[in-house]
This record gives sequence, structure tokens and C-alpha cells, in this order.
Amino acid sequence: MSQLLLDVNGLTMRFGGLLAVNGVNLKVKNRQIVSVIGPNGAGKTTVFNCLSGFYIPTEGSVMLRDQQIAGLKDYQISRKGLVRTFQHVRLFQKMTVIENMLVAQHRHMNTNLLSGLLKTPNYRRLEKDAMNHAAHWLEEVGLLAFANREAGNLSYGQQRRLEIARCMVTQPELLMLDEPAAGLNPNETKELDELIIKLRDVHEISILLIEHDMSLVMGISDHIYVIAQGTPLADGNAEQIKGNPDVIKAYLGEE
Amino acid sequence: MTSSKLYNAIFAAGISLILASLMIGIKLDTDGSTLAVRGATATQWMWIGGGIAVVFFSQLFSAQVDALFGAIPKPNIKAMLPQDQKMTTLKPWLIAALIVVMLIWPFMVSRGSVDLATLTLIYIMLGLGLNIVVGLAGLLDLGFVAFYAVGAYTYALLSQYFGMSFWACLPISAAMAAAFGFLLGFPVLRLRGDYLAIVTLGFGEIIRILLNNWTSITGGPNGISGIAKPGLFGLEFNRRAKEEGAVTFHEYFNMDYDSSYKVIFLYLIAVILVIGVIYLINRLMRMPIGRAWEALREDEIACRSLGLNRTAIKLSAFTLGASTAGFAGCFFAARQGFISPESFVFIESAIILAIVVLGGMGSQMGIIFAAIIMTILPEIAREFSEYRMLLFGLLMVIMMRWRPEGLVPMKRPNLELKQP
Ligand SMILES: Nc1ncnc2c1ncn2[C@@H]1O[C@H](COP(=O)(O)OP(=O)(O)O)[C@@H](O)[C@H]1O
Ligand SMILES: [Mg+2]
Repeated sequence: MSQLLLDVNGLTMRFGGLLAVNGVNLKVKNRQIVSVIGPNGAGKTTVFNCLSGFYIPTEGSVMLRDQQIAGLKDYQISRKGLVRTFQHVRLFQKMTVIENMLVAQHRHMNTNLLSGLLKTPNYRRLEKDAMNHAAHWLEEVGLLAFANREAGNLSYGQQRRLEIARCMVTQPELLMLDEPAAGLNPNETKELDELIIKLRDVHEISILLIEHDMSLVMGISDHIYVIAQGTPLADGNAEQIKGNPDVIKAYLGEE
Repeated sequence: MTSSKLYNAIFAAGISLILASLMIGIKLDTDGSTLAVRGATATQWMWIGGGIAVVFFSQLFSAQVDALFGAIPKPNIKAMLPQDQKMTTLKPWLIAALIVVMLIWPFMVSRGSVDLATLTLIYIMLGLGLNIVVGLAGLLDLGFVAFYAVGAYTYALLSQYFGMSFWACLPISAAMAAAFGFLLGFPVLRLRGDYLAIVTLGFGEIIRILLNNWTSITGGPNGISGIAKPGLFGLEFNRRAKEEGAVTFHEYFNMDYDSSYKVIFLYLIAVILVIGVIYLINRLMRMPIGRAWEALREDEIACRSLGLNRTAIKLSAFTLGASTAGFAGCFFAARQGFISPESFVFIESAIILAIVVLGGMGSQMGIIFAAIIMTILPEIAREFSEYRMLLFGLLMVIMMRWRPEGLVPMKRPNLELKQP
């Protein structure tokens, strides 16, 4: 059960003279919540961008289930089951909630042009399946009642949840969340906490999490990586990280 | 009134002065065998002065001018239509009535009107095609006329060299235009907006110049004439059958020959083609691909993160738009009976784009209105034909000021989740 899902070794990303990520290693096993923490500008988002194919890493290997994915295109990687959210919400604001969910299922619904033009039974069935699948995930995140609303009109917390639902509908194995709790109130943070745990325990996926809310991170993470200035600083479980002097120093700054 | 306003106004007036002086104020003329530079006459200078004054004051008082435009009432199309629920029951009837009118109408008016209506329908088709590319997928294409030309020349050449019929060539023309769209789109669609516009503009010119210079095949500037008109199940609409043993329409139905049959028949084909294209696009907008176009327009990065291949999606819009232009081109060649590169100049691309923008990017209804306005207005204002481009520019400026979202802003049909 504790098979390795994601194995990142020596990940390095250089922007001209700036070394944004420097030799980062990450391991995510099946059904694990793994967090990446570090001060602002540490390079966490850049790691996500490298893993999801938005940047091509300068060096390093990214193995997803024993398959090298470093260098693949972004859409190819997400089709392999590694899907991410963004630090700033990226919804299709003018489309409805349900349509956001349907866009995410594009490649499952998109048979051929002709069957769509003629509305063949097969096409209708695919459309219906996609609708049901979307409705299922909207229910999971508590947005079913808002299905026909414009996504841009949802509250901030709802938009965050929709973004997660939209990822889940693509049936990923690894979900990467970039500061999902930023801007949420304590109540919404608690719901998010429960949702993430449900994703691991009930839906049996793994989650790679970037988060600044330490009580959230410490409460749900199976393993935590700390990076500072692009370089790995420490890793371990919550207790080990809390007691690590280097980490405390990095967060509080050197006296 | 701030000083920056004054500065702006002086700047704009200065630019106008320089441009007007160069373009109208100085003229090159032949004086015997040499060239001579002539100044403008006093009245021309007066006009130039007046024009500059208009520019100066409209810039100085731009806030007030804007307010004036704001005061013009905007017809609210939504409010004019019946309620949504009533609309869904009424819609099929309305459409049916409209189609019946479209089919009966040509028998009651003059030949000239029917001909003009056919031309309008061609522009509607072109507008709808470009709308897929610009309005739905958000790709600025300034060389759309190239695909129109490909469609037209495909039919003209196949008809001339192989004697193929209109109906056989219609899908071939569309396929050829689509193939060109695909070939151009593949390398080019990685480019961002403005670059894409420039490359497509260049492509449009390349096709035109190619047609102009490949004299051995395309006839160069002389074009191709005597292109066969479409027939009805093999019946021709000529006075006498062109081929030995063929039967003409009026002979078959035992009627007297009337040249307006041909015009009306062409019109009816155009109506059918336009209805076909409208149906097609309506379906596309409701299909995953239509949603993907809109999603890509809204947030490309989110699309990529969800496994959408943006190149493939853009390419599909580009190719489908091009094939619509191919249809229109094939029909155009058949209607004219004669085509030359002159018909496919840049200004045609500009007019088609204007139709899409005026109509309200993405909205089919708006594009149909805009196409009607853009083809009928020049006919009504024949006396002003010298000033056609001027009026055209004025219309664009007014529209952009008054209703930048177009005549009928677009609303893509949403798929609704029906809840228990
Ligand atoms: N595309 C880019 N070009 C240049 N520098 C970048 C780029 N993306 C990120 N960086 C730099 O990399 C560093 C890490 O940024 P980021 O990964 O966003 O940090 P974090 O998410 O940990 O706050 C920052 O110094 C940032 O300026
Ligand atoms: Mg970040």
C-alpha cells in the first residue's frame, strides 16, 4: 500500500542567474498527504510549476509511478494523473459552475466532431455521464446547489472548493494544492481540512500541499518538506519539523 | 479642463495637420514629361483647417463627447425579446416563419434585390466563419480572405480543368480551405495575439500574390471566367444546355425561359448554405469543443493544467473557420462565374472582421445584422461610393464609442444541470 507515487530527485530550476530551486527531493507515497512549507519566495510555487510541466526543470528527475515526466508538456502531465491548483484562483469566471466541471472533462467527452454534430446516442451518453460525474463532485465539495451559477459570482471560499472539485473530476492520482487555505476564514479552513482528509482516506488519492497555515499543515500532513531559498532544509513528520532548530531559524530569521 | 487635455488636443491636431498636409496638401502631378509638386487649392486647405479644428475640439471636449454618446439610448435587445420561457416555445415557430419568408420573398421582388440578398448571404457565411476563429476562439485572423480565395479557386480550377460540378466541389473546396487552415495554423497558433494577426495578414497576401503570379494555372490577374453555375440534379439554368443531350430546367418543367430563375436558384442555395452553417455553429457552441474555445479565451493556464491541448483546440477553430470560408468561396465563384485575385484583397478581410466586431464577437444574430448593414449600406449610399471607406471608418468609430460590445453581445448557450 505504501508504494511510491511521486519521486523527485535533484530538482533544479534556474531563471537566468537566479537559482529558484536547488536540488529539491520529494517523495509521495500512495494515499499520503505531503506538505511543502517555507518562507515566501522560497521556491515552492516554482517546484509545482516544474512538476506540472509549466516550467521545464533545468535539472533533476521527476518520476510518476516509475515513469519520467520531467520535460513532458503540461497537458500530458495532467493526463497522467498529476493535477494542480494555483496560488491565485483560476476559474473560468464567466462560465457556470457545472461548465467549469465539464471543461475539465473535455478529453473524456470529446469523441469526434461528427457524433457531436449529429447528437448520436453515444455522444449523449458521454454528456450525461460527464454531467453526473460533475454533479457527484460538486456534491462532495458542497456546491451542488450552485451548479448553474456563474463561477465568478461564488464567494472566495466556494471558488477555492470549486477549483478542487474541478481537479478531482479529471480523476487524478496526485492532487497538488498551492496555498488552498490562503484567504479563508477559520470555518472554511476547517472544512478544507476535512475535505483534504476525505480525499486521502475515502477517494484514496495523494495530496501534495503548499500551505502557510501551520496548524493545518501540522494537523494533516503525513510528511513535511521544508525549503528555504530554493534549497531543501529539512523533512520529517510534524513533530520532527516543529522541533528542528534550522526550521525555526529559517522562519524566525537569524538573530 | 486639465492641461494634459489641452496637450492631448494639440498633439492630435498636430498629427492631423501633418498627415493631411502630406496626403491632401501636396500632390504629385505630371507636367509634360516631368513630375511637378502642386499645392492644394484654397478650398481644400479650408477643409483641412476645418477638419483639424474638429479633431482639436473633439479631443479637448472628449469627456463631453463621450457623455453625448452615453446619452444615446442603447436598445436593450434582451428586454425587447419575450421572456425566456415564452421564447423557448416561440422559437421554433419564429425560425420556421423566418425560413418560409426567406424562401418566398425572392419571387416577389426584383432580380437586383435577390442578387444583393445573395451577396449578403455570402458575407453572413464569411462572418459566421470568421466568428468561430475571432469571436469564439479569440484568435485574431487578418487574412481570412485567403481561405475564401482557396475555396473559390478550388472550384474554379476543378471546374475549368476537370469539368467537375458545383455540388461535387462544394465539400472539396471546404476541405481544401480547411487543409490550408490546418497547414497555416499548425506552426502559427503558438504565437500570441498580435503576432498571430501579422502572420495571418501576411498569409492572406501570399495567397493573393500567388494567385496573381501563377499565370499558367490560375490565369494570373485575368482570373478564371466561364465557371459553371450550379444545377439542380443535373438540370442547368441556361437558355440552352451547354452539353449535348443535357436538359435545362425550363425545358424539363415545360416553362418559358426566365433568367431570374437562375438568380433565385442561387439565392436559395445561399439560404440553405447559411442555414447549414448556422446549425453547425449552434451545435459546436454546445459541444465540448465550443466550451473549450471559451475556456481557452478565459484562462489558458487553467486549461493547460486540466489536460486541454491548447494547440489542438485552437487549430480546430482555425480549421473549421477556414472550411466555412471555403464553402463561401466555392459558392462565390459559382455565382460570379468569374473570379480574379482582385476579389480577395485585404480590404475583404477587413470588412469580414468589421462584420464580426460590429455584430458583437461571438453572437450569430449580431453578425447577421452586421453583414446586412455592411452590404446593403454601400448599395443604398451609391452616390457616396467615393467616400465608402470614410463612412466605414466613421461607422466603426461611432460603434466603438457607443456600443463597444457590438450590436448583440454574445451569450453562449449554457448546459444546465437539472436537479431533482
Ligand atoms: N518565471 C520566473 N522568472 C523569474 N523568476 C521567477 C519566475 N518564477 C519564480 N521566480 C522567482 O523564483 C523565486 C521563488 O518564487 P516562488 O516559487 O513563487 O516562491 P514561493 O511560492 O515559495 O513563495 C522568487 O524569487 C521568484 O521571483
Ligand atoms: Mg507561491
